[in-house]
Formats: sequence, C-alpha cells, structure tokens
Amino acid sequence: MRAALRHARYVLSDNPVTLAAFVLFSGFVVLAVAGPWLAPYDPLATDTARAMQAPSLAHWFGTDALGRDILSRIVVATRLDFGIAVSAVALSFALGIALGLAAGFFGGWWDRVILRLADTIMAFPLFVLAMGIVAALGNSVANIVYATAIINLPFYIRVARAEAGVLRNAGFVEAARLSGNGDWRILSHHVFPNILPPAMVQVSLNMGWAILNAAGLSFIGLGVRPPTPEWGIMVAEGATYIISGEWWVAFFPGAVLMLAVFCFNLLGDGLRDIIDPRRRT
Amino acid sequence: MIRIVALRLVGALPNLAGVVVVTFLLTRALPGDPAAFFAGAAASAEAVEQIREKLGLNRNLVEQFGLYLRDLARGDFGQSLSTGQPVLTELVSRLPASLELTFCALVFATVVALPLGVAAARRPGSWIDHLCRLVTTAGVSLPTFFTGLLLAYVFYFLLGVAPSPLGRLDPVFTPPPPVTRMYLIDSLLAGEGTVFRACLAQIALPAVTMGLFVLAPLARMTRASMLGVLSSDFIRTARAAGLASPTVLYTYAFRNALLPVVTTLGMVFSFLLGSNVLVEKVFAWPGIGSYAIESLTASDYAPIQGFVLAMGVLYVLLNLAIDLLYGLIDPRVRLEA
Repeated sequence: MRAALRHARYVLSDNPVTLAAFVLFSGFVVLAVAGPWLAPYDPLATDTARAMQAPSLAHWFGTDALGRDILSRIVVATRLDFGIAVSAVALSFALGIALGLAAGFFGGWWDRVILRLADTIMAFPLFVLAMGIVAALGNSVANIVYATAIINLPFYIRVARAEAGVLRNAGFVEAARLSGNGDWRILSHHVFPNILPPAMVQVSLNMGWAILNAAGLSFIGLGVRPPTPEWGIMVAEGATYIISGEWWVAFFPGAVLMLAVFCFNLLGDGLRDIIDPRRRT
Repeated sequence: MIRIVALRLVGALPNLAGVVVVTFLLTRALPGDPAAFFAGAAASAEAVEQIREKLGLNRNLVEQFGLYLRDLARGDFGQSLSTGQPVLTELVSRLPASLELTFCALVFATVVALPLGVAAARRPGSWIDHLCRLVTTAGVSLPTFFTGLLLAYVFYFLLGVAPSPLGRLDPVFTPPPPVTRMYLIDSLLAGEGTVFRACLAQIALPAVTMGLFVLAPLARMTRASMLGVLSSDFIRTARAAGLASPTVLYTYAFRNALLPVVTTLGMVFSFLLGSNVLVEKVFAWPGIGSYAIESLTASDYAPIQGFVLAMGVLYVLLNLAIDLLYGLIDPRVRLEA
C-alpha cells in the first residue's frame, strides 16, 4: 500500500496535468459531500424581485427566471450528478465483470449467450437505447441509473472476457486448480484480482461519459424533475434565454458539467499511466 | 464481390434481429400495462381495451411477438396519439432532415480530423501535436447540448453572422420542391442558389456542434495509426528510394493508415446518432430526434418505440455500409472472402 502511494506520488509529480485533474476532482468530491452546507443560498428559494440578474458580487453566477441563485444550485447539484454516475458505473462494473468473467473463463454456451447480449446492446446508438429504456421503465432518477448502467455493460464484458480468456490457461491458474481449488474459488481469488487493473482504467474512462449521458437524458426531460437542481436540467432551463442574451443561466451549469467530464477524462488517462505495468517499471 | 456483400448482409442479420427483439421487450415484458402505455395518459377504459385487443396482450409472449413482427412487416408502427398520424409516415417524412444533419456533421468532422491527425503524426511533440491532443480530450468532454447553445449565443446573438437557430430554413424562403427531402440537395437540383445558401447557413451551427463531438475519436485514431504506419519499414524504403515526400505521405502512408480509422466509424456513428437527439432539440431541427422528444413530453409511447427501432435499424445498416467500405479500401479483405 505504501509503495503504491509512493508510486502514485511519483507519477503525479511527473505529470502536472493529472495532478491538476486530481485536485479538481477532490474539489468536486468536497462539493458532492458538503454541497448543501457550502451553498450561499437556498437552491430552491424563489424570489421574483431578483429574477434574471446578471452575475454580481452577491450572486456570482447570477440568478435564473425564478430568482434562484445559480451558484447554489450548481453546488447542490454536484451530489446528484456524481451520485448517478457513480452508481451507474458501479452497477455496470459489478454485472459486466461477472458476465465477462463467466464468458471468458467457461467459454462455450456462456460465451456465446453473453457475447450476443453485449452485441445486441452495441447494435443500438447507445444514447438512443438509454432513452428507450428510461421511457419504458418510467421517468425516474433510478431508471436513469439503470439505463446508463446497461449501455455501459458491453465495455466491461469485453475487458473481463478478453482478460479471463487469456488467464484461464495461465500457469498460476493451472497450479491453483491442481492444488484442489474449485472453479468459483479460482475465479474470485485468482482471476478476478488480475483483471482489476484494466477494469479500473475502464471505470475512470467511463465516469465522464456516464455523467454526460445522465445530464443529456435530463436535458431532454427524462429522469430528474424540476425544481430539483441538476446540471443537465439547468442547461435546459437556460436554453430559452440564451438567444435573447441571458447567457449565464445556461452557461455556468454547462461549463461546470464540461469541467467535471474533462476532469474525469484527464484522470482516466493519468490512472492508466499509474496502473499500466509497462509504465510502472 | 456479390458474394462478399451477401456474406456481410447475413452477418448483419443477428444484430437486426437483436434490435427488433429488444424494442419489443422494451414495451411488452416490462412491469406495467403496455396497453395503458400506448393509449396514453388521458385514454378511456374502452380505448385501453381496444389497444389490448389490437396488440394481442391477452395472449402469451411468443404469440405477441409474432403479432408484432406481422405489424412491422405491414409497416404498421402504431399511431401517434398527439398528431393522429401513423408513426411510420412521420418517421419517413422526418428522417431526411436527421440524415442531412448527420452527414453534414460527419463531413465537417472528417475534413477537420483527418488533416489534424496526419499533421500531428508527422511532427510528434510539435505545437500541432499538442493542439491535436487538446482538441481530442476537450472534444469528448463537451456536452453537445451545451456546445450548441454556446455556438448559437456567440454566432447569432453576439456576432449576428448566423441566422436564427430555429429549424431548417428561414421562414422567408419557401422550401425547395421535395425530391430527396434533403434541402441542400433539393435546392441544388432545383437550381435555387439563394435557398441553398440559406439552408447551408442554417445547418452550419448544428452540424459543427455534432461534428466537434465526434472529431475526437477520428483525430485520435488518425494520429495513432498514421504514427504506426510512418515508422514502418515500407515507408523507410520508399523514402530511401527517393520518392517525393507528398507521394510517400499520401499514396503510401495515408491509404494504409485509413483502415483503422474506418473501423472507428462505427463508434463515431453511435455518437452521431445519439447526439443527434440533443442537437435537434437545441436547434429545433425537425428530424426524428425532436419527434421522439415531443412524444416523450406528451407520454406518447408508439412514436418513441418506432424511433428507437428506426435508429437501431439505421445504425445496423450504417455498420453494414462501413463493413462493405472496409472491403473496398482493403484488398486483403476481398481476397480472404
């Protein structure tokens, strides 16, 4: 563990961009955890007297059509946006790795059925499939999580299947089998830990895309309902005003969303450098 | 050649079947009453009963699937509740607008991404390489709906160079006589230069918005594969033999580097068709994406199902076309078949 930390510190000091992304990410985590206490105003409090005010010292990001403070809404929304992305990625990680392991390790029918499942999901434009799933399951935040998890499944299935297919014939797996370990024990104690590094890289590359996807769904009116603060829905609310010049209503939530996705993508690239054994030596 | 096409067609069949099964399952096998779904929120008990009868919901799942296939074969995708039109008619009349937008975005992305990737690969570590890396990382991080709004604000509100970002054509013009229903092509066919320019001005912002999003995978892949090809032996030999630099770069290297780029087109189209929905909403573009969104807000289920099915089939067909294209530019694939 200490060695891993030291290694992480070494890679981070070598790579200022990843370090910056890491600092930014920590900032977002603080907002997600402590957002409601940090927000300067109540994110739901309306006040028509101060509606549609441009950014000022009192309201750094301005106010929206109902006089709500945009900065407070953005800060409070962090938890929901991150929550959706983290739970969706966690779900597809758990399910996708399990299916991929079974496909790669057992082969045969397992492989054919699971691979067909992944191919069928990939046969759709992914965002469109997510739309269809949320529309069919019902319009709720939980269903946005499920839909995002389903469209990300194939990526995890593929990673796990490819790795497990190779590891199945590795020497240490043979050794474990000869010493009397059953299939499930080999899978969970010997194969699974070894596919974690590539799977973790997939997770970090996936997080940004999961946030984008969830925000896109709420932008078209699925999942999150007003007045709940959420970045995608805030951009949608501001969209009508941007053509008449009130840019701040849509600009700030959109810019923060972009920053969050950008941060995850940089972090993903950086994490790959840390985890990739070829860089480690 | 015909044999290859036939082989690829057969290869696309399982995906097509998968698309149909999933769209069927999305409504029938889920909790809740599908009849109430299709009848809409304001339907009477009689209307719900009528739809239950029509969809055969009192039979078992296999029989229902048979009925569903029969309806699809007849071109019956159900009726839209809000417009009263058959879903297929509306999809067909709106599809050209979406296709026009998608292809303009693809053209824009290709025209920018390929030269950028090639230039970056020629001089790794130079400013253009850094620019390429910045564009590819920023490109995938852009929420398309946000870029669209930003572009509309800058080019319409601030600079005033773009027309009002609503719809396909400024209402002062009459649409060109419908032949392909793609305004750009129709106006050219009719020889109406001003209408063509107006359409082009209208489509520029949404197409650039979508293009920026898919630029990243294209540029990244072009750079990577061009780097690989440029360091290979046959390029060294060509250089040593004294061939002119452009000949080496374009005739030898670029053609070989293009192969992996064509394979990423599948992912690119997945992005394009998905972001199509968002961009159409931002620019009030009357394509099938905004049709689906209008239906979503009206809890009108049949159009959404039709939309998901149409997009799935379109995507399978596009992938088929990419496969065939791959066979055309790579002679080795032709020989293997």
